[in-house]
Amino acid sequence: MTAIPDIRVVPRWRRSRAVLSVLGQLPLTGKIGLAILVFWLLVLITISVLPLPDPLAMAGRRLQPPSIEFWLGTDALGRDVFSRTLWGAVYTIPIAFAVVLSAVAIGSFMGAIAGYSGRWADSVIMRAADVTLSFPPILLAMTVAATLGPGLSNAAVAMVIVWWPIYARLMRAQVLEVRTREHVEAAIAGGAGRMRVLRVHILPLCWTPTLINATMDFGQVALLAASLSFIGLGASPPTPEWGSMISEGATRFYSWWIAMGPGLAILSIVLATSFLGDGLRDIFDRRSRT
Amino acid sequence: MSDPLLAVDGLRIGFGPAKDGAEAVRGVGFTLEAGKVLGIVGESGSGKSLTMMALLQLLPGQARCSGSARFRGKELIGMRKSEIRHLRGKDIGCVFQDPLSAFNPVKTIGDQIVEAIRLHDRRISRRAAMKEAEELLAAVSIPQPDQRLRQYPHEFSGGMRQRAMIAMAIANKPALLIADEPTTALDVTVQAQILDLLRTLTRERGIGLVLITHDLGVVAGMADNIAVMYGGRFVEAGTADEIFYHTRHPYTRGLIEAMPKLDRPEERLVAIEGTPPSIWSRPPGCSFAPRCYFAQERCRQQEPELRDLEHTRSACLRAEELPPRETVAHAQDTGKDMTL
Repeated sequence: MTAIPDIRVVPRWRRSRAVLSVLGQLPLTGKIGLAILVFWLLVLITISVLPLPDPLAMAGRRLQPPSIEFWLGTDALGRDVFSRTLWGAVYTIPIAFAVVLSAVAIGSFMGAIAGYSGRWADSVIMRAADVTLSFPPILLAMTVAATLGPGLSNAAVAMVIVWWPIYARLMRAQVLEVRTREHVEAAIAGGAGRMRVLRVHILPLCWTPTLINATMDFGQVALLAASLSFIGLGASPPTPEWGSMISEGATRFYSWWIAMGPGLAILSIVLATSFLGDGLRDIFDRRSRT
Repeated sequence: MSDPLLAVDGLRIGFGPAKDGAEAVRGVGFTLEAGKVLGIVGESGSGKSLTMMALLQLLPGQARCSGSARFRGKELIGMRKSEIRHLRGKDIGCVFQDPLSAFNPVKTIGDQIVEAIRLHDRRISRRAAMKEAEELLAAVSIPQPDQRLRQYPHEFSGGMRQRAMIAMAIANKPALLIADEPTTALDVTVQAQILDLLRTLTRERGIGLVLITHDLGVVAGMADNIAVMYGGRFVEAGTADEIFYHTRHPYTRGLIEAMPKLDRPEERLVAIEGTPPSIWSRPPGCSFAPRCYFAQERCRQQEPELRDLEHTRSACLRAEELPPRETVAHAQDTGKDMTL
């Protein structure tokens, strides 16, 4: 009789490292997206020690085109556009992150309850979501932001209100699918209570679409935040927020560089998150692969 | 205590409106003593799984269920949710058909067995429960249980997964084990091992086992009693020997004829022609009549009840008239050849 080789199970902490290797499987566009996001993250962390002129103070003559000294020129008040663009990340990225996180948290919670309990809770929550989704997002966000009064934090609240139904729908659909699986029935047959079944046996299998969507939405939220600031409902003028900077630049059309800096910044964020989201979907969601 | 472990009586399960909806299970009754094995045999859609799901109130919400099912004298049908939850997985264990989909794919086998244990007894520490899980895996002959505990279900082979499932089902020392087609998803050689394991475990621990299957061969060597189910009813019931050697129902006979026999390889396998009736359009009279070789006009009009015969209990109007088995196989065989 030949000896059966012993198995050695890799310890769990070493398995979790495998999660990082997922990033290595990303397609090229996904890696580019990730690189851009990492770049902005680094900017965000190191901004206060970078040798940049004060974004709020006059750095040189007003309305200068891009030069060696001012890479993206100066704006109507003589402030350095490049410095202001990088500082803009400090406002936009944390806001977008907080909005996406809150929308995911609220939306997933609502969606999980709707999908799992069904009946009246399902109807109430999903009709509320439908009503919210039936407004054009920018219009609803404007209305809410205008009601609460201008300011970045109010704009953030407005955006969460606009965004949660998307995650409620995603999570509900996923819960409806997973709850009919046999292991859920097996768990019930084993004596698990309703909340336990939801928490332990359903939710951990429901996060993939949410993760992919949240990644993609990050850019969209950043864009909406800038849009709200552009029309004066987000950050107020001296703040180097991308939307309000573009708004300033829009009044001085021939000084194209004023709007270009923040414009490129927004473009890069939206593009990067779309790339990364697409890449993650390629890895996690095998059904959509062709 | 004189109560049997499980006594089911007049169990009916229906779908749709109460008045003219469909009935999937129509008055099923049996008793099971501790340590005994009851095999319930029937084709897909005969209602055998529904019967067992009804015991644990696992039926889908729209199903209507009536009748009585007493577990140690306690009525299960209509029992309060909080109460039945404590029976599930504790006093009544379940083994499912497909062991891959019946495990949570994102938790290790060990974690899941520990959960099963701690769900019913919070006083056991995780560490102690883990130790217990290891012993359970060893009891179902899984090699290197200490390592296997830390693996995920997809890292197990099919047979090993079913062993783990059985380990989980007996974790809380249940008095009753319900195994719904436990070997259907497995290779024939592995099937034998799993059945062997189930038999030893139930015998050793005095667990009553209800074994649901569509394969007479599975229950043949294992069950003390066998009930054959067709169209939502028991059509024949008796001890295993009675069913195999003194069958008094054409359907049971058909099932036995359809089994390959190793001692007579030259014999043709006789199939039961046709398909079982849908629960939405059941014919009047005996529901097996349209497919029955012996059916007469009265079979199509009068629904036969299960009645006591010399050996088995059979629900066939012509039970006494059934000719011996060999003649039937021959008649059917030649009959078919002549039409060709």
